[in-house]
Amino acid sequence: MQRIEKANQKAIDRMVAGDPVLVDVIPAARAIPALKDRMILHAGPPIEWGRMCGPMRGAIMGIAVFEGWADDLAEAESMAAAGEFEFHPNHHFDAVGPMTGMTTFSQPLMVVENATYGNRAYCAINEGLGKVMRFGGNDAEVLERLCWLRDDFGPSLGRALRHMDGLPLKSLVARGLTMGDEMHQRNVACSGLTLRALSPVLAATSDTNEALAKALAFMGDNDQFFLNIAMAMGKSIMDPVRDIEGASVVTAMCRNGTDFGIRVSGTGDAWFTSPVEMPAGLYFPGFTEKDANPDMGDSTIVETIGLGGFAMGAAPAVAGFVGAGAASEAGHYTRTMSEIAIAENPEWTIPSMDYLGVPTGIDIRLVVETGLAPTINTGIAHREPGVGQVGAGVVRAPMACFEKALLALAASLGVS
Amino acid sequence: MTKDLTQDLLHEPLSVINIGLEGFCAELKAQRVEVIQVNWAPPAGGDPRLADLLAKLGS
Repeated sequence: MQRIEKANQKAIDRMVAGDPVLVDVIPAARAIPALKDRMILHAGPPIEWGRMCGPMRGAIMGIAVFEGWADDLAEAESMAAAGEFEFHPNHHFDAVGPMTGMTTFSQPLMVVENATYGNRAYCAINEGLGKVMRFGGNDAEVLERLCWLRDDFGPSLGRALRHMDGLPLKSLVARGLTMGDEMHQRNVACSGLTLRALSPVLAATSDTNEALAKALAFMGDNDQFFLNIAMAMGKSIMDPVRDIEGASVVTAMCRNGTDFGIRVSGTGDAWFTSPVEMPAGLYFPGFTEKDANPDMGDSTIVETIGLGGFAMGAAPAVAGFVGAGAASEAGHYTRTMSEIAIAENPEWTIPSMDYLGVPTGIDIRLVVETGLAPTINTGIAHREPGVGQVGAGVVRAPMACFEKALLALAASLGVS
Repeated sequence: MTKDLTQDLLHEPLSVINIGLEGFCAELKAQRVEVIQVNWAPPAGGDPRLADLLAKLGS
């Protein structure tokens, strides 16, 4: 249909023209003025307390203590069950968050500005590996780290970024792809490149040597530091693609641990949801699939822009880590995802696949026609509150989301 | 005189391309027959309503 093809071309043009720059770190209340006291933004499509999974509940209890709304986890749980907190998706406020995706008003948020269109997107700072709030962790160690991020690291990172007039991300990601990252479960190269770019500026702007040493060690120890930057980047690229009449391109994919949701350009802000699936993956020592929580997080925004599972060919090393098979099969995932994408990104290419551009612009028509659901590389959280990450794996987006979206798009175009 | 292709088929090594159901491919492989699998499925998993819509939407 000519109308859809024209609309989709506009969507692809906007995606490729996007120019994301990491410009600042600021308190969430400043970034998102609508974010008020006792309001919690979470990953995925809308959900109420009663349907939330274990790690999501665990994170909400922890963040309520962190914000001083409750004295302890038990009180926080009672308050949540009594409806004393307001829950909304990050996506409704220009934000994204990994796994549980907690965003509340005193947290420091990284700001990515799309210089081409002027819009901004936000994401909290990656807490590192192990027991962390994004995987439902909520003990004293987790909360203490969040306080340090709020009071020390966040402000110093913001100061450094302002001092250097921002960190351009498009070229950094292009380089990361040539160094074996896919920007979802492997961010070793991009985290290192970010550290390399920021180190001199952090040194020039840091208050003390001790603070500098701690900041550099935190970034250097965390192979996934760049993930949250990539997510805010993805959101900043996809938001200008929203609301193009007739376009069948997916603008967001996300999960809250209970439901998977997608948004499509031609159907505006409507969510098309279906129960989440269980990742197939590898588990850390001592854990099995019986411990695993179903799929969760806003991080699927990186697949939406052609990275993560779509760029698996760039990251053979990650195929083994997520249990996706032999390193030699990594390219197969990228080629398969090319069948449901409209274009290749000319600037984000994969050297080992003869500089194939990453598959760009997921077309719901192609997903439904081929039966090929988007491949997502993901971390796996424990299903109980307060435990944390137990593994990593691969999961497919539920086909029902795309079928529902197709019906809605057809209706919006008067096709039945 | 026309060449009898059926005779060739029966007396020469087979080269097979299997389209769709993988079971046939697996059976041939088990008999050491050279076979290439082509993944194929009917549009929209065979759902006639969705397939009709896809045809109208020009996928």
